[in-house]
Amino acid sequence: MMNAQVQLKNRALAPKGSEEGTKPKQNGAALFIESLKKQNVEIIFGYPGGAVLPIYDALYQNPVKHILARHEQGAIHAAEGYARVSGKPGVVIATSGPGATNLVTGITDAMMDSLPLVVFTGQVATTVVGTDAFQEADIVGITQPITKHNYQVKNINDIPRIVKEAFHIASTGRKGPVLVDIPKDIANTIFESEVDDDAPINLPGYQPTLHPNFLQIQKAIKAIAESKQPLILAGAGILAADASAELTEFAEKQNIPVTNTLLGLGSINGEHELFLGMAGMHGTFTSNMAISNCDLLINIGARFDDRLTGNLSKFAQKAKIIHIDIDPAEIGKNVPTDIPIVADAKEALKALLKHSIEAPDTKLWHEYLSECLAEYPLWYDAKEPDTVYPQQAVELIHRITNGEAIITTDVGQHQMWTAQYYKFKNEHNWVTSGGLGTMGFGFPAAIGAQFAKPEQRVISIVGDAGFQMTSQELALLKEFNLPVKIVILNNSCLGMVRQWQETFYEERYSSSLMPVQPDFVKLAEAYGVKGYRINTIHEAEEILTEALLSDEPVLIDCRVKQLEVVNPMVAPGKGLDEMIGVKKG
Amino acid sequence: MKRVITVTVINQSGVLNRVTGLLMKRQFNIESITVGHTEQPDISKMTFIVHVEDENKIEQLVKQLSKQIDVIKVNDITDKSIVIRELALIKIVAPPNLRMEINSIVEPFRGSIIDMGKNVVTYQIVGNPEKIDAFIELIQPYGIKELTRTGVTAFVRDAQVKPTAQLSILQ
Repeated sequence: MMNAQVQLKNRALAPKGSEEGTKPKQNGAALFIESLKKQNVEIIFGYPGGAVLPIYDALYQNPVKHILARHEQGAIHAAEGYARVSGKPGVVIATSGPGATNLVTGITDAMMDSLPLVVFTGQVATTVVGTDAFQEADIVGITQPITKHNYQVKNINDIPRIVKEAFHIASTGRKGPVLVDIPKDIANTIFESEVDDDAPINLPGYQPTLHPNFLQIQKAIKAIAESKQPLILAGAGILAADASAELTEFAEKQNIPVTNTLLGLGSINGEHELFLGMAGMHGTFTSNMAISNCDLLINIGARFDDRLTGNLSKFAQKAKIIHIDIDPAEIGKNVPTDIPIVADAKEALKALLKHSIEAPDTKLWHEYLSECLAEYPLWYDAKEPDTVYPQQAVELIHRITNGEAIITTDVGQHQMWTAQYYKFKNEHNWVTSGGLGTMGFGFPAAIGAQFAKPEQRVISIVGDAGFQMTSQELALLKEFNLPVKIVILNNSCLGMVRQWQETFYEERYSSSLMPVQPDFVKLAEAYGVKGYRINTIHEAEEILTEALLSDEPVLIDCRVKQLEVVNPMVAPGKGLDEMIGVKKG
Repeated sequence: MKRVITVTVINQSGVLNRVTGLLMKRQFNIESITVGHTEQPDISKMTFIVHVEDENKIEQLVKQLSKQIDVIKVNDITDKSIVIRELALIKIVAPPNLRMEINSIVEPFRGSIIDMGKNVVTYQIVGNPEKIDAFIELIQPYGIKELTRTGVTAFVRDAQVKPTAQLSILQ
């Protein structure tokens, strides 16, 4: 109420130019906000400061929904979560200097996982740029290797063009973060002339290839028609191209089994009969054996990351490799490719679906894979009857939400268990930090995801250590009454670090145990969020069912078995067919 | 192996930084780099000499460079018929009694004297890098006071001669 009054008063004081029929004079900041509106920006995650005061003032007068995070890192991870589930670019504003540098982790994270972000940072006035002025940081220089592209606005006339280009670059081709640095004096300059905003985008150096080459598709078809042991490896490129339906149709039509990268989960129903589970370091035995033994590997939108491939010299040695990727630089980067296809995943799949490919009988191949699945399923040994095993907690969450929730995670053990045991029914429900492996990503990302999909259930499964890196964003749950559910799989240690120390460093737990933890329930309550604690498996059933299905924000401190390890595993330097921990006992 | 790469870029601030930063990030060694305007004022051309281990690496380099928004075109012109030039300025200790002798070395290289002091002479040599190397080797015994090289710039020749078996014998 107070706020509305203040705003009204402010409007009354505003210049009256418009009433007299002349366009009121705009400053750079107002022009910037107008440019954002032209891009249909519906939400901004940000944090104000000195250098962006003109921009925040323009926002006050011409509002776009703005979410004030409690740390710039929280703002950018929220924007990433928003981008991942909505497919639209996440928009971030931060001030110069520390505001900008606090965004660096999120920008890198978005770069590694190809998430569309448009990040605006304030900058000190052009008159003092380069003089080590107060809160000056060379953010364009800093972010040059971690952005798809970046700009510094040097002339007010360029604002509409740069904003337009930034959104175009971020959201087309291989998506990624674009940063625009706006010096304060540019935002303050009064803009006199007319701009032609309808000028088409002219970027001669940027023309992503979307449609596959006809001859390459013919080669792929021939290879599929000759393959007795084909396998599809589906990555995040499927999700970025919205091609889940095409992928499933193609796999079913050709009866080809599918495995996923970590980021590709959800591109095919986790319970589909052709789905073998995730591949890679903590992938399923079946998926990794499928990669090791297939005679044709069809990689669609995955980048052959080292956590997926294991030792490259032992990767898919028997296979001919088709690699479909929108980024030509990914093809042949890590794995030599026989049939490269530069294209959008959806377009490539559509082209493949146009042909009826007569493939040989793959019955033996499917039998082999079914045997693997039956013989070596994912396993854990819940020896202690009362204790909650983290895998059990994820299985419960899966059961309670029917595989239909949006799930976000950080990096580490809880992330791997979630990837293994949460079978995603739908696409765009999986938000995790894959490439960069960022602790503290999951919770703010859940906030962004909830803003993007207010109707959907959003659950952030995080570790106790990672959650503490961005727990300040709890304030937003209360402020916006966001029904995000936080499930902390609390083992009072840095689980994955501890696991590696156990396995590879003879149990020397150097700085990986956290015996003193905050009372997470009280922490939640301090922020006005309901907190629960789970100590036993019995409580887990009860509390998870109640809490996950509620309409309120909830934090659940789920105490889990401390020394549990993620199995199975491909040890570093080993091939995918050299997994350890594949069977109970 | 040594490769000659030309990169056509949009001429705006930061683009050189972007390109060299990328080479550093991907661990490529730049031996030399030259940059300058082209016939169009808003377009610049860079010429690199890089050392790479194998074909794959060079393919990655070309692809990564092409990915940059400000980069319009990348060419690996090493295997083409090309014109390649570098300029070197060399200051040599040349007391009057030795000058004739030194000049007789400079002459076949078509170098020119661009500055002369009491005891030192500055020569300018233009040619492909091997020619400059050869000149430096010959002139070294006389005492090089200072030396600077521009790095190479290169062009693809208009007529690409296809090497035939016969021609290669003649060469």
